[in-house]
Amino acid sequence: MDLLQTIAVVLDSMIRLSIPLICAAMAGLWSERAGVVDIGLEGKMLIAAFASAVAAFVTGSAWAGLGAGILASLALALVYGFAAITWRGNQIVSGVAVNMLAAGLTVILGNAWYGQGGRTPSLEGAARFGELTLPFAGWARANVPGLGLFYDEVVSGHAAPAYLAFLCVLVTALVLKCTRFGLRIRAVGENPAAVDTAGISVASLRYGAVAICGVLCGIGGTYLAVAQSAGFLPHMTAGRGFIALAAVIFANWRPWPALGACLLFGLLDAIAIRLQGVTLPGIGLVPVEAIQALPYLMTIVLLAGFIGKATPPKASGLPYVKER
Amino acid sequence: MSAAPVDLPRWADVAMVPLVSVAAALLVAGLVVVGIGENPLEATALLLRGALGSAEGIGFTLYYATNFIFTGLAVAVAFHAGLFNIGGEGQATVAGIAMAIACLALPALPGFLAAPFAILAAAAGGAVYAFIPGWLQARRGSHVVITTIMLNFVAATLIVYLLREIIGKPGSMQPETPDFPAQAVLTPMHQWLTPFGIDLPSTPLNTAFLLALMALVAVWLLIWRTRLGYAIRTVGANPRAAAYAGISPAAVTMIAMAISGALAGGLAVNEALGVQHRLVLDFTAGYGFVGIAVALMGRGHPAGVGLAALLFGVLYQGGAELSFDKPAITRDMVVVIGGVLVLFAGALDGLFRRLVARVLRVGGGAA
Repeated sequence: MDLLQTIAVVLDSMIRLSIPLICAAMAGLWSERAGVVDIGLEGKMLIAAFASAVAAFVTGSAWAGLGAGILASLALALVYGFAAITWRGNQIVSGVAVNMLAAGLTVILGNAWYGQGGRTPSLEGAARFGELTLPFAGWARANVPGLGLFYDEVVSGHAAPAYLAFLCVLVTALVLKCTRFGLRIRAVGENPAAVDTAGISVASLRYGAVAICGVLCGIGGTYLAVAQSAGFLPHMTAGRGFIALAAVIFANWRPWPALGACLLFGLLDAIAIRLQGVTLPGIGLVPVEAIQALPYLMTIVLLAGFIGKATPPKASGLPYVKER
Repeated sequence: MSAAPVDLPRWADVAMVPLVSVAAALLVAGLVVVGIGENPLEATALLLRGALGSAEGIGFTLYYATNFIFTGLAVAVAFHAGLFNIGGEGQATVAGIAMAIACLALPALPGFLAAPFAILAAAAGGAVYAFIPGWLQARRGSHVVITTIMLNFVAATLIVYLLREIIGKPGSMQPETPDFPAQAVLTPMHQWLTPFGIDLPSTPLNTAFLLALMALVAVWLLIWRTRLGYAIRTVGANPRAAAYAGISPAAVTMIAMAISGALAGGLAVNEALGVQHRLVLDFTAGYGFVGIAVALMGRGHPAGVGLAALLFGVLYQGGAELSFDKPAITRDMVVVIGGVLVLFAGALDGLFRRLVARVLRVGGGAA
């Protein structure tokens, strides 16, 4: 395989591995820009993965799976909102609860319903999101040297939720930056008292953000179970919710840089998979674990202010109390 | 934790709120059991019989409780300093690595020194790994919650690498170390008690349980009877007031995190030194996270942590027995109960306090 082809294959795998991260990162971005810290991205993606796999298996339709995944994740997000917004509970504690609930419930229900140690039956045909071939992909590959190959290999050939994920980045960036709702969301994350003074409900804005967060996590979880894999596996999110959180921090809570961070972390993952068991001259057997640990280490270094500076929304993590 | 706290009598705060949360959590678990088509009362009976119905069951229950005491105390000590240490899993992992290296790499020490040395290595490993986020928060301003989460994953990849490449058992495909030297491992409890004429069935319960009980007392002494404990509580209540009183919040943050990590290391002592007698992958098995539920339910007090750890020990052992009889109810139910408890006793604290206050007022009005 020549170099160009190898690069194209790695980039293709980067996109596939980034999609759940992108969805979860946008989800985290919405929540955190509204001042609600969310370490429960992982749990919401997990429950969405489970619900979507079950629904897709039962109905035989991947789109029904997507709907179920979004609903399950949204339900968990509202439980989170009830604790963290209405009852002003500690947001970290609530997030831990969300993660534990999802980790336990998915395995118990999966095991009780299908008896395969928590797995769901494997999905086939229309129950899975197939790969979409974009127009002119074959033609471009044959007729345009270089770029055509990348168009066919990297841009084309992903499942529908993958393109949806990129659309979510665009919408998130535009809505946050250019609309009244986006401005209010950002304001409620920086200075909720000012928003309250202007006569706008802090709680409903935050509920809105948390609900959007739930929907986006639902898309990410569904992609994992119904597009990337063919069914649910216990604990299949495997820390992706936390890598997404890392990407949000890495991007300083901004949408486009967050997309970049997700692609970077996806690329690291793709390279780690590619280098599994490969011996490089001078290094020997590549320690794949070192590459896998990189996103976490980079985030710690960034947070410590050694490269750049992380500036979270000012009111993030603080429940809002109206003055009495 | 939440704003506008509801004033409750002390006994209600200490006993009622946790009890109501536990009852509510068990109710939710019962609903899940009903949802998968089993009888919750029958399941509860099986669970209790499995956990407390025999000497063997009690041995297993206390062995699991040992893990929860250590991880619960780890979270509780950090809580008192106003810190949320989610890194128990990672700290226990690094503690296990440090202990394994101490057991395997150093020349064999005489029996009475080997085990204490291994335990110290575990405590030091956990302490160092928790000191890092403590230092990062105190000196560089990065939030301890995020850094401990990230460090959990770093530890998880580190142990995979080390078990495969450096300290793994030669020629074994399993991710595990060779067996620890026999003089280093802890004595099982049933062997302890044989000389006294008490004959117990063989269980994983070992000396680490006594260490856990000592840790409960030591943490109580530390938090409420020492100068350092006073400093920790002051920083937890109000860092600015603490600084004004001449206490350095930065120093207390780092020290409290290190103590917290050392306590999390107890999980490695019980699992690796006490039961497995070698280091295996994933020995932390989520105990670190359940420790958060234990600490919240125990209200950060060692007595409460002990009771909560016992409850989770019962759920764990009983859950294992239950899943033999009812394969549909796996031990993951404990994770669900833990999650609901964290939600009720931690996040929805305000709601439950208000409920208890209302019930008390109605009761008081009627009397």
